[in-house]
Amino acid sequence: MDWVVFVISAIAVLAGALGVVTSRNPVHAALSLVLTLFGIAVMFVEQQANFLAVVQVIVYAGAIVVLFLFVIMLLGVDQAEDLEVEPLVGQRPAAVGVGVAGLAALLLPIAFGKWQWLSGQASVAGPAHSGTEPNVNRLANALFTRYLLPFEATSVLLVIAVIGAVVLARRPLHTERQGLTAREEP
Amino acid sequence: MGDPLYAHGIDLAVVLITILKVILTFLFLLLGVLLYIWWERKFISDLQNRIGPDRAGPHGILQSLADGIKVFFKEDLAPTEADRRVYRLAPYLAAVPAFSAFAIIPIGDKISIAGHQTYLQLADPPIGILFLLAMSSIAVYGVFLAGWSSGSKYPLLGSVRASAQMISYEAAMSLAVATAVLATGSLSTRAIFVHQSVWNWNLWQLGVVPFGIYMVAATAEVNRPPFDLVEAEQELVGGYMTEYAGVRFALYYLAEFMNTITVSAVAVTLFLGGPSGPHINFLPALWPVVWFFLKLFAFVSFYVWLRATLPRLRYDQLMDLGWKRLIPLALYWLLLIAALRVGDDAHWPWGVNHGALNAITVVAAAAGAGVVFFGGLGAAIRVGAKRVEEETARAGGVRA
Repeated sequence: MDWVVFVISAIAVLAGALGVVTSRNPVHAALSLVLTLFGIAVMFVEQQANFLAVVQVIVYAGAIVVLFLFVIMLLGVDQAEDLEVEPLVGQRPAAVGVGVAGLAALLLPIAFGKWQWLSGQASVAGPAHSGTEPNVNRLANALFTRYLLPFEATSVLLVIAVIGAVVLARRPLHTERQGLTAREEP
Repeated sequence: MGDPLYAHGIDLAVVLITILKVILTFLFLLLGVLLYIWWERKFISDLQNRIGPDRAGPHGILQSLADGIKVFFKEDLAPTEADRRVYRLAPYLAAVPAFSAFAIIPIGDKISIAGHQTYLQLADPPIGILFLLAMSSIAVYGVFLAGWSSGSKYPLLGSVRASAQMISYEAAMSLAVATAVLATGSLSTRAIFVHQSVWNWNLWQLGVVPFGIYMVAATAEVNRPPFDLVEAEQELVGGYMTEYAGVRFALYYLAEFMNTITVSAVAVTLFLGGPSGPHINFLPALWPVVWFFLKLFAFVSFYVWLRATLPRLRYDQLMDLGWKRLIPLALYWLLLIAALRVGDDAHWPWGVNHGALNAITVVAAAAGAGVVFFGGLGAAIRVGAKRVEEETARAGGVRA
């Protein structure tokens, strides 16, 4: 049964990834990204990582891609782009090089049988799923005991980011505004 | 944990029972929407002293069925400027989450079919209520893409408004839901319902505040009046679905009513004890279902009452209410409930179990923190409002 789910979700992930790369319209690309994220969420469910799956959908599909779409639509860049012009000189050969290197980094450890280079140590916080205790509880236990400090540090980082965004977006209070009507404001 | 149906491996009967449950849930939602549309029109007619639909069937009960058939035979139009693929996809992105979200609602106790025990609930995943939040964040796509892909101005304005509203109120709603989850210590909707039986409803276990926040936020989340700015016809024609016709329009209409039913059902599950109620020995499997539907009916009728009573909010009032009032209050209440639980576990204040004394300590400390918190927040809001006023005056009366 597992491999049926895997094959279907893997097809969804790959189709979405191809769509992201090949779509000319940025909105279509963002939607393909949603398909990929969904496929990954299904894979998480199949691995019994229910919480990760639902967070994947809520945070990535529900918030981040919506934000992408907002930016794309509000900035009016939702037209097909001209692919003939290379924005950065030498970017395309470099992208091919990085892509090949990344693929090699993924495949070589498998070829040499060193799985743990990719997946990390087999069990740091115990198995993801055991007996009757749901995955959510195990994750919460790990997060709020063993990994409390990194967790708190991350939240402080996010607060700093939010404050930074507010400061950047804030309009200066006492600038001269003669001749500037509300219409001309960004 | 989990449905006892899957406890003994999966065979053909289990698969068939699951399929049966899926079909029943689907039919229930479709039928529920038809009846709800009829009931809404009838009830609001009563509230406004008129008769309402009365031609099709007894008391006009078949009116929404007739409307449904009509709309399915209408031509499916798309504007020339529309982005065809996304335009066709969007209604499904609204309808599918609306259907799926109901899957986690427990509508009754255990029953036995063909030697298999199962819950009267389509699915009881360990992530439970988070599934609802995931579905409501997906539903934003249906609204957002509809407006964008229509290639027309009013739908675009409507959809930007709608998605901003849905995203804003999702935060307050999630915090209210988290309060209920905190009280139970489990995300599973079944566990939340069992925890509240029979009369330990979260409504009073948590104080009435999270329930109130949930109700306001959920009303905004499903764009029901008084938060239906999304389709304010004086300003936006029909909002994000202006350009839709035929089946695709019907899907949006269906999704809207299904969402109303689902958020009501979630409110019943989280705060009103779900299917729990007085135990009656005659037909014991039936009564929980009856209690559930009575509570659900009260809720959906309440939404109609709201629609008949309250005028629509202005857009800035809507955003003020969401960000400056509901979210801080929900956050404060979540921390208060968490403090009470921690206090209970650690036997505050002096490490011994004092029962009421410990609750009083926590509540007193929380009240002090609340005065500081809301005082600071209120001051900040006043300063902000004053600044906007100054800026407006400086810009010659034009509000930026």
